[in-house]
Amino acid sequence: MALVVVDVMLKPEILDPQGQAVANALPRLGVSEVTSVRIGKRIEIEFSGEPDLEQARQIADKLLANPVIEDFTVRVSP
Amino acid sequence: MTTIVGVVTFPGSLDDRDAVRAVARAGATPVRLWHADSDLHGVDAVILPGGFSYGDYLRCGAIARFAPVMETIADAARGGLPVLGICNGFQILCEAHLLPGALTRNDHLLFRNRDQRLRIRSTGSAWTNEFTVGQEIVIPVKNGEGRYVADAHTLDQLEAEDRIVARYAGDNPNGSMRDIAAIRNAAGNVVGIMPHPEHAIDELTGPSQDGLRFITSLFKHLAGVRLEGVAA
Repeated sequence: MALVVVDVMLKPEILDPQGQAVANALPRLGVSEVTSVRIGKRIEIEFSGEPDLEQARQIADKLLANPVIEDFTVRVSP
Repeated sequence: MTTIVGVVTFPGSLDDRDAVRAVARAGATPVRLWHADSDLHGVDAVILPGGFSYGDYLRCGAIARFAPVMETIADAARGGLPVLGICNGFQILCEAHLLPGALTRNDHLLFRNRDQRLRIRSTGSAWTNEFTVGQEIVIPVKNGEGRYVADAHTLDQLEAEDRIVARYAGDNPNGSMRDIAAIRNAAGNVVGIMPHPEHAIDELTGPSQDGLRFITSLFKHLAGVRLEGVAA
């Protein structure tokens, strides 16, 4: 199976209120060493033949991520 | 000559009916446009209504941007067709790169639904020329992802070019940068606004009738375009 994994993260300078809410909940679990939590998306794309990284990159750039607020990485899953 | 305003319905649109009603109440003829139909049926302007197009999957507006009707609208908007994107419509306009920046999760994570004071900052658009600069209006705001963000350069440019159409007055409902509630493109034909003019057309159901002026502004804009056409 030819699987390409795309990770999408908000750019570092973009506020992530969901991540902050999770970070703020951690002390209730007794965790005090965490300074920051940021939440992103992992998207798995399955190709019928060989994994096409270049095409996956185009899909990510055009649709999966919004380059105004998000960064993405593309990799073939082992 | 009656003005024909198209209102697009995407799967998941909520406010298309209110937009149709607002258009009719203002004295124009509403025409309903379907997301899968790339034909604009000769409309003079388009409203992209609020709601949750395609379930807001992936990102708000991200999938609607690739709807057949949006490809036609994007081309027409670049040619001067007046387009008003309200709430989800604003998100779609940003995703389609017809407006800069993006709309993200409210900073307090709550869905905010209330009557909102706005201050009009730019009357140089097809949809706000009937207001005066500094005028305060009250229309409903209701969003979970209405926080406008853009890099500092873009924000400075919007300010320098008089492209911030309205700012939140009083309490900012979502943490929007520089209190931005609405912006326009350089030509002024495309406006994105997070609060809802279409819900403020009737004292019985809304906080004011301020919303009607967005549509009557359109009449004035189109009359000007027609005059220019005659002169040319």
